[in-house]
Amino acid sequence: MAKRIEVSGLNAYYGRVRAIEDISMTIEPRSVTAFIGPSGCGKSTFLRTLNRMHEVIPGARVEGKVLLDDEDLYGPGVDPVAVRRVVGMVFQRPNPFPTMSIYDNVAAGLKLNGVRRKSLLDEIVERSLRGANLWDEVKDRLHRPGAGLSGGQQQRLCIARAIAVEPQVLLMDEPCSALDPISTLAIEDLIAELKSRYTIVIVTHNMQQAARVSDRTAFFNIAGTGEPGRLIEIDDTGKIFTNPSQKATEDYITGRFG
Amino acid sequence: MTSEIDIGSRAGFARDDGVAGPPRSTGRLGDRLFALAAQGSGVLLLAVMVAIGVFLIWKAVPALQANEADFLTEQEWNPNANPPVFGIAQLAFGTVMSSFLALVMATPVAIGIALFISFYAPRRLAAGLGYLVDLLAAVPSIVYGLWGLHYFNTTMDDVGRFLNAYFGWIPLFGGDSVGGRSLLTASVILAIMILPIISSITREVFLQVPGSHVEAALALGATRWEVIKLAVLPFGRSGMISAAMLGLGRALGETIAVAMVLSTASGISIHILADGGNTIAANIANSFAEATETGRGALIASGLVLFVITLIVNMTARLIVARRKEFA
Amino acid sequence: MSVMTGERGEAPTGGGTLPEISFRRRAADKVVQALVYAAFVLAIVPLVSVLWMVIGRGLERLDPTFLTHSMNGLSSGDEGGGANHAIVGTLEQVGLTSAMAVPLGVLTAVYLVEYGRGRRLAKVITFVVDVMTGIPSIVAGLFVLAFWLLALGFDYSGFAGSLALAILMLPTVVRATEEMLLLVPGDLREAAYALGVPRWRTVCFVVLPTALPGIVTGVMLAVARVMGETAPLLLLIFITDAINANPFSGPQGSLPTFIWYQAGDPNPQAVERAWAAALTLILIIMLLNLGARLLSRLRKPVSR
Repeated sequence: MAKRIEVSGLNAYYGRVRAIEDISMTIEPRSVTAFIGPSGCGKSTFLRTLNRMHEVIPGARVEGKVLLDDEDLYGPGVDPVAVRRVVGMVFQRPNPFPTMSIYDNVAAGLKLNGVRRKSLLDEIVERSLRGANLWDEVKDRLHRPGAGLSGGQQQRLCIARAIAVEPQVLLMDEPCSALDPISTLAIEDLIAELKSRYTIVIVTHNMQQAARVSDRTAFFNIAGTGEPGRLIEIDDTGKIFTNPSQKATEDYITGRFG
Repeated sequence: MTSEIDIGSRAGFARDDGVAGPPRSTGRLGDRLFALAAQGSGVLLLAVMVAIGVFLIWKAVPALQANEADFLTEQEWNPNANPPVFGIAQLAFGTVMSSFLALVMATPVAIGIALFISFYAPRRLAAGLGYLVDLLAAVPSIVYGLWGLHYFNTTMDDVGRFLNAYFGWIPLFGGDSVGGRSLLTASVILAIMILPIISSITREVFLQVPGSHVEAALALGATRWEVIKLAVLPFGRSGMISAAMLGLGRALGETIAVAMVLSTASGISIHILADGGNTIAANIANSFAEATETGRGALIASGLVLFVITLIVNMTARLIVARRKEFA
Repeated sequence: MSVMTGERGEAPTGGGTLPEISFRRRAADKVVQALVYAAFVLAIVPLVSVLWMVIGRGLERLDPTFLTHSMNGLSSGDEGGGANHAIVGTLEQVGLTSAMAVPLGVLTAVYLVEYGRGRRLAKVITFVVDVMTGIPSIVAGLFVLAFWLLALGFDYSGFAGSLALAILMLPTVVRATEEMLLLVPGDLREAAYALGVPRWRTVCFVVLPTALPGIVTGVMLAVARVMGETAPLLLLIFITDAINANPFSGPQGSLPTFIWYQAGDPNPQAVERAWAAALTLILIIMLLNLGARLLSRLRKPVSR
């Protein structure tokens, strides 16, 4: 069910300001691709163009092509709602619905999609929570509010919510930046398990994390403040961290700037 | 000058104490007088509130003692007769009925308006359109009354006849002497008047909906309506309830528009299309001019009842808001 | 997984990458959108209708005569006549109301923000201000009737009306001022204390001036609101057809009560005057509203 993403000539704008410029890359299925780069380099903006979340910000727009197995996500007549249904997303801060129970949080996307039968819901909720390595911790309190969990548990709840609808692609926007090291480890283990079934794209500030979890790494940079972000290079993670082909990449990963 | 510097540093010291709040004034006459004036104003405000209750009770008691009927159950309002006979029953019924109908009509529309301005209207127009709705609140009630008396009641006359002809089997829409100066017309005008209150408070609540919850819903592949259902309405529920209650409080106390529109008739009737009906506030405005001393006392007594009802409704609404703030 | 495709109408099917959004979901979305737009239109219809009627009918009689003449010596069926006495009365009553409610309201807000924070008394006052916002205007009128006229024995006057209006205006002024004072940055106060300026002078000459445009805006909106109040005036200022420039003695006119009496009169000439007075009232209120909006847009207090 994982799909390949091909991006070509993509520009994203906030009003008149161009945030990212002319990005083209291929994201392989059943693998983890990490986006790294200094703050403001447009890596999160780019991530949000992959499920058409960028355009929900007033004045924001996108030019270019994003092909998901040959179907252009920005093609005419494509409903962004359908795009987000197959490209799931996990955010920087865990954001479970506060008024809903753990169970209802996981089931929220399923109910939208018309799954009503209790036994089927139970089954998918359990499978998703197991998939997010959360089942054992919450199975006795499924009907308690999701907001009562710890930060790391909430983030895994959000991952469970995202994978419950069985997306093709899972986008993660700095999913560990608000978590402590132990919770971070749990999420990283989870990512390693999930990649056998999903195409995963993760934005991270943490280069060690990128090196640990990803198969391929893309480095983004800006020429200066106010300039749009660009893709400098994308390659196998091992190569990026040992022998990058661009000087800027090397400077960044060796800590000479950023 | 030197002494002022002294005060300043002392004030600064008090602040560093870690005591919550601003420094206390320390003896300077100007500071003391000013603090006293500020605090005095606040206390005066409290005193006014207490005085309202005290004086209403004081001036209502003699009339209530002279009353030959049971004030709470009697439907007649005849305080000027000898012996005086009056009761609040019909007026209270009309007040509650018209306000309740107004609330039922206004709340869904007001929430719709708030949703429109917060989530549907083009961003650039939203503020202007919101201002337009707020203009409804700027129109004084006397003008709604004039409009209701000399224009809108003819429209409502037709509406009433239509409802009576086709839905007369529903008790609410039944009865004879259907007309434009009915409880329904009053309720519709009340609904128009409380719309901007409910919608502006609801809009404020919607503004506080965390963007992260909206994004969570969007990222699950929710349509706009589903985003509202998942993230906005559950968050705003208690806010919307208290907004509706504040609107209800306003409708209960509204006087002039209702007094102008209703053609008063006595007796409790659930036929809201029929000419007639009366409310506590409208009755005060309409019968004050002819009231004797006992009559005035009786009107003050009815005002006391209205005061208590609105107080309860408003305090409940505020408590709901306060509770919500603690949660957030 | 095959178990689910049957029930899940939108599971990706065979060839297409993107799922279809079911008809039911798309329809629900569109229906709600239509309802929400309809709600807005539904609110605008009465606004347009009221303004249309007031402007259309009001312009028929809004002439110099109307603004400069009173109803003295005229009976309600006569042509001509005007609302001058009512305009004078309204302006004086609202002026007196502001003279009482503004200082009291501003001082109360100063207490709440600058002195009372965290204190029990301040909490009580805040709650009472909230509750006061909901007092029906007719109840405020009855209170002044019971207190000023019946208990203290004063006579009907414009001032009695102002007392009731002040009760209605107070909470609005307190709220608006409070909001503006809270916007004044704390370091501005600290800067003044650091210079050795005493507290009351800091408030009077630093804090209040910074918040002034906002306070004036709030006051103008509050004035606009009480200007249209009718119910308490019916009980307190009595009725007169002549100009009475002294608000402290004898019956006085006012625009709202003028509309009330003229609208209730069976003669069409009177009803015409009621519409013209309504237009006059709305124009004054809209001017105040507009002025307040402009002022708030021109000079927002600097907040960080």
